[in-house]
Amino acid sequence: MAVSTEELADSMYALVAEYAGKKKLKASDIVKEMIDKYGDEVDKNQGKEAIRLLMDSERCVYTYFGGTYIELPHKEGSAPE
Amino acid sequence: MSDSKSPILDELEKGPWPSFVTEIKKAAEKSPMAQGLLEQLELSYKEKKTHWKHGGIVGVKGYGGGIIGRYSDASDKFPDVAHFHTVRVNQPSGWFYTADALRELMGIWEKHGSCLTNFHGSTGDTVFLGTKTSELEAIFTELSEKGWDLGGSGSDVRTPSCCVGPARCEFACYDTLALTYDLTMSYQDELHRPFFPYKWKFKMAGCPNDCVASIARSDFSIIGTWKDDIRMDSEAVKEYAADADFNIQKFVVNKCPSKCMSWDGEKLEIDNRNCVKCMHCINVMPKALRVGKEKGAAILIGAKAPIVEGAQLASVIVPFIDMTPPYQELKDLIAAIWEFWDEHGVARERIGECIQRVGLGSFIEQIGLKPLPQMVLQPRDNPYIFYEEYLEEE
Repeated sequence: MAVSTEELADSMYALVAEYAGKKKLKASDIVKEMIDKYGDEVDKNQGKEAIRLLMDSERCVYTYFGGTYIELPHKEGSAPE
Repeated sequence: MSDSKSPILDELEKGPWPSFVTEIKKAAEKSPMAQGLLEQLELSYKEKKTHWKHGGIVGVKGYGGGIIGRYSDASDKFPDVAHFHTVRVNQPSGWFYTADALRELMGIWEKHGSCLTNFHGSTGDTVFLGTKTSELEAIFTELSEKGWDLGGSGSDVRTPSCCVGPARCEFACYDTLALTYDLTMSYQDELHRPFFPYKWKFKMAGCPNDCVASIARSDFSIIGTWKDDIRMDSEAVKEYAADADFNIQKFVVNKCPSKCMSWDGEKLEIDNRNCVKCMHCINVMPKALRVGKEKGAAILIGAKAPIVEGAQLASVIVPFIDMTPPYQELKDLIAAIWEFWDEHGVARERIGECIQRVGLGSFIEQIGLKPLPQMVLQPRDNPYIFYEEYLEEE
């Protein structure tokens, strides 16, 4: 049975939460993890759609530290108090 | 002794040339942020260190690019520049603005930012310098309502840019403006939602003069060229020859890099098979020589400025490609390259670096291109590289 985009977004969120503070994940890392997990039930385009859901719902944010990563929202370290 | 608050910066106003300090001072009459910038900059010059910190999170909802976070580490002294984020706005193709469009942009920026701009950033964007996090969504909303959009930043497709193309230049071999618009609209997702190992820049140059320096500054360089012969107006050649200040042999023929031209004092001849399309003769005799009629573009890949690794110039991967909309052949090639980069690229590795690491042979094989002589920069000089596998296939 195919995985819905919402379910995929939930799985992605869980992955990002698991790695929070340990490793920064790129969008493509997350999609590759999902393809490893669900096999042919998901593809790259659905992965991109799921990331869009994560961003639009503000459960995750894009961050830039040299390259662009996907992380849980957190306070900007360099922002003034 | 001067009672100026910025004696070091004032030095940069001396001399006959334009001064960014003078311009920031003008903006400071209206904008406390610009005044704060002057004061912090003076301190930086005095202490010989920056007081900017990079911000990695700021942005607008849904987009992963377009805003570059900047904070002051001396916000107690300069509270007006505690936040000083940059906003990249997708520029019009060829940087053609109407006066109304510029007023529209400046109206938004005066309301929400420092009034300082950079026309244009090195990628090509219209750049707004200095705003607060709390203003970002308002800026984005107002820009969007008026038909503008943010540009790229981070590991995404950076804002595509092009030369003025056929709008103002008779050398253009394809419509750079149309292609830039098409690619910008086709790759909206890739522009706003970073998915790549690192940045990806498209630059469109209408002819080999490459006025946008795409060969040095873009990952994917599309340079207009032609297949057939250079068009020559013999009567106009005679007019150049009659000009006592113009020496065809010295200024044109002797400077041909492939020595494919000859001049006997009456007739100019071009061995077009050996022409490398450097544009020199056409540039210096524009009334007599023109690019051919069978026009298209060459695709080069892999240029970059030094960041993680050193600078690199682009290499030819497609010597000639048709540039008629909807550009399907071009888009298929881009899709194949992105697939390869997604598979093989590592974090912060540009496509040129990735190709260098994996090898050009492996790269062209995986994206489905055949090896061509034009891909070779110079004959091999290493006798320890062998090609048996190709010989066996034959």
